[in-house]
Amino acid sequence: MNYAQHVLTHLRKDLRLEWRTKDSINGMLFFALLVVVVLAMAFDPASYPDMTRQISGGLLWVALLFAAMTALNQSWARETNNSVLDAHRLSEAPASALFIGKALANFFFVTAVEIVLAPIFTVFYNLQPLGQAWKLLLVLPLGTWALVVNGTFFAALSLRTRNRETLLPLVLLPISMPALLAMIQATTAVLTGQFEPTLWIKVLLAYVIVFTTACVLLFQTVLSAD
Amino acid sequence: MTIGRDPTVAPTIELEGAAVAKPGALPPPRKSSAAEASAAVKLQRVSRLYGSFVALREVSLQLAPGSSVVILGENGAGKSTLLKVVAGLHAPTYGEVTIFGESPRDLRGSVAYMSHATMLYDELTGMENLTYFAGLQNSSPQPMRSNHSSGSRKARLRDRAAQALREVGLDPANPRRVGEYSQGMRQRASLARVLLSEPDLLLLDEPFSNLDLGSAHSMIARLLAHLAQPSPRGLARTLLLTTHQAELARPLAQSTLTMNAGRLVSLRQTPPPQADGDTPAQREGVR
Amino acid sequence: MPKWAEGWFALTVLALIYGFYRAMAAPREATMGNLYRVFFYHLPHAILSFVFPYLNLAASFLYLFWRNRNVERAAAADAFALASAEVTVLYATIGLATGMLWGRAAWGIWWAWDARMTTYLLLWLLYVCYLLVRSFSSTGQTAVIAAVLAIFAAIDIPICFMSIRWWRTQHPAAVFGGGANSGIDPSMLPAVLWNMVAWAMWGAFLVGVRYAIERRRQQDANAEALGILNQEETTAVLRHRLEEA
Repeated sequence: MNYAQHVLTHLRKDLRLEWRTKDSINGMLFFALLVVVVLAMAFDPASYPDMTRQISGGLLWVALLFAAMTALNQSWARETNNSVLDAHRLSEAPASALFIGKALANFFFVTAVEIVLAPIFTVFYNLQPLGQAWKLLLVLPLGTWALVVNGTFFAALSLRTRNRETLLPLVLLPISMPALLAMIQATTAVLTGQFEPTLWIKVLLAYVIVFTTACVLLFQTVLSAD
Repeated sequence: MTIGRDPTVAPTIELEGAAVAKPGALPPPRKSSAAEASAAVKLQRVSRLYGSFVALREVSLQLAPGSSVVILGENGAGKSTLLKVVAGLHAPTYGEVTIFGESPRDLRGSVAYMSHATMLYDELTGMENLTYFAGLQNSSPQPMRSNHSSGSRKARLRDRAAQALREVGLDPANPRRVGEYSQGMRQRASLARVLLSEPDLLLLDEPFSNLDLGSAHSMIARLLAHLAQPSPRGLARTLLLTTHQAELARPLAQSTLTMNAGRLVSLRQTPPPQADGDTPAQREGVR
Repeated sequence: MPKWAEGWFALTVLALIYGFYRAMAAPREATMGNLYRVFFYHLPHAILSFVFPYLNLAASFLYLFWRNRNVERAAAADAFALASAEVTVLYATIGLATGMLWGRAAWGIWWAWDARMTTYLLLWLLYVCYLLVRSFSSTGQTAVIAAVLAIFAAIDIPICFMSIRWWRTQHPAAVFGGGANSGIDPSMLPAVLWNMVAWAMWGAFLVGVRYAIERRRQQDANAEALGILNQEETTAVLRHRLEEA
């Protein structure tokens, strides 16, 4: 039985659990929606279309980041509820497969939120991308994975600490800053059409590769820590 | 209850330490086969502290493969901690633990641990849970009693899961989720998960605590059947079980260890089951 | 304090004094006047606070390597990781503060969100967060969590740093190796180098002291644990705590 099968087994389990309970997606979706509405009150998107275009890339990612954080904090709760995590620690399946399975599941959840949120965002903020909109199809998945892979890892890391809910944003935000910068720049580039997003997509890609590797290599250490 | 483990498989158990009375009646350690060259469980002066609380105090213990040992002791005596340390879930603060000659952390897959938590997902059915855990095993799914080695991987996993459930008396087709199970059913499902992984070393923490007498006896029968077979790695199976219901666990116990305040205080071999004429203590088994 | 450490401390103080003298004796700068002298303190702190994180990284790797092999060495590596992280935060704080003084004088604003300053702020945030995590995690797991986090933080720094080349920047071009227009007047070089050496020595001294203190703390904790272990009685109250754990 190879590694991919293990990953698939974990992924299928996480998707099934989410399908039964639906706590991640519903929470995230509503939270993101609230952030969009609140931010629209902070400024007037309809009257200043240029400014809206400039900043809505950032707003979209901020909304997604906070929404994802609520789900990430919960994503390991499933494993700790009945101490299933102890069973995983004794299992002969590689620990990183468990991690990748869960990160993929979280990726799908956040992507689902994006699919719902994108049209709402476009309507509420009266958006019309001036650049090549298809490039968003690169930026969104890459950015989502960059958030989710580190988020899943640090959520597992903070399981071992006292106030885990506080800790996750404290750790995740600074580490994700270059990725956030890159995805916001790339999205803004596409929305405004003023510059090319290519450079920032490359940065994002490099970030994703480097940190996915680091997470996979270090997850065993985190899981088996006492 | 007259069934018991084969008394010819004499365990070699060594207790060290000043506070422990050396048991005189034990047979001398045998070092014949390669499997026995490394003890199944070996603890050398293991201590574990939680903050300033000493849960284990300089415990030294050696179990040969094939032993089955019941650990008795009141709450807080250190039984659970001992099992967690042996499983590798807790690191010892001082001392050294080896399982089959290796550190427990390096030895994934051949140790199974069952605690009062089910280690199953509440939102999945028993069958889904077991199929999931069957899918996480590396060894190509050897059929437990092979008559279904053909078919797709998925079908084989489902077969194994269903069989594991049936063997503990649960219905694989039961559509209820584990979260809706009764306490007894949960414990049986948990046992099925543990046995499914075909471990060499079985660590059970209070497996009978919430069971009625009938369930407990059928669980014991299932365990005895499991222990009688060698593991897929060809080792005699080793059992370490904690309980406070001494009489109930007697058929499983080749020897009984008693713990108090983090120490191993006594070791005695259980008298052969035949000599045990009286009935099991009913009062103790009924909750 | 051992003799050689006292000697090191004395040398460090001398170097700091001489560095101060050179900084004050350096010629006045044309546009900024005397205010530019803060630069002699900003530069060493800024550069050194990119050095200590990598000492921290090395110590963290050593910790992870020794964790299951040699408990004593692992504890030492962890103590060193903590010491270097604290000095990183200290130096980055001073670097930020002096940088803001400089910015106020040179650009008229305390803070600008350009790439290099953002990177630097991020470095500061990362290691403050490292220290926070250390204080949050329960004993026994602190070292592992911190070591893993240190690796992530150290990976993060160069990725942030690269953005300097890609994002327009208000900061003066890199002082060393930053292209044709970078560099400093030769007359200021001695002051820069002396302060560099002096502050590097001071940083090393702080790391050493902090390391020694942390080692002492570890030994005390260990001795306390052994003391508890050798006590015979355990109260029934404490016993129940185990079952809950």
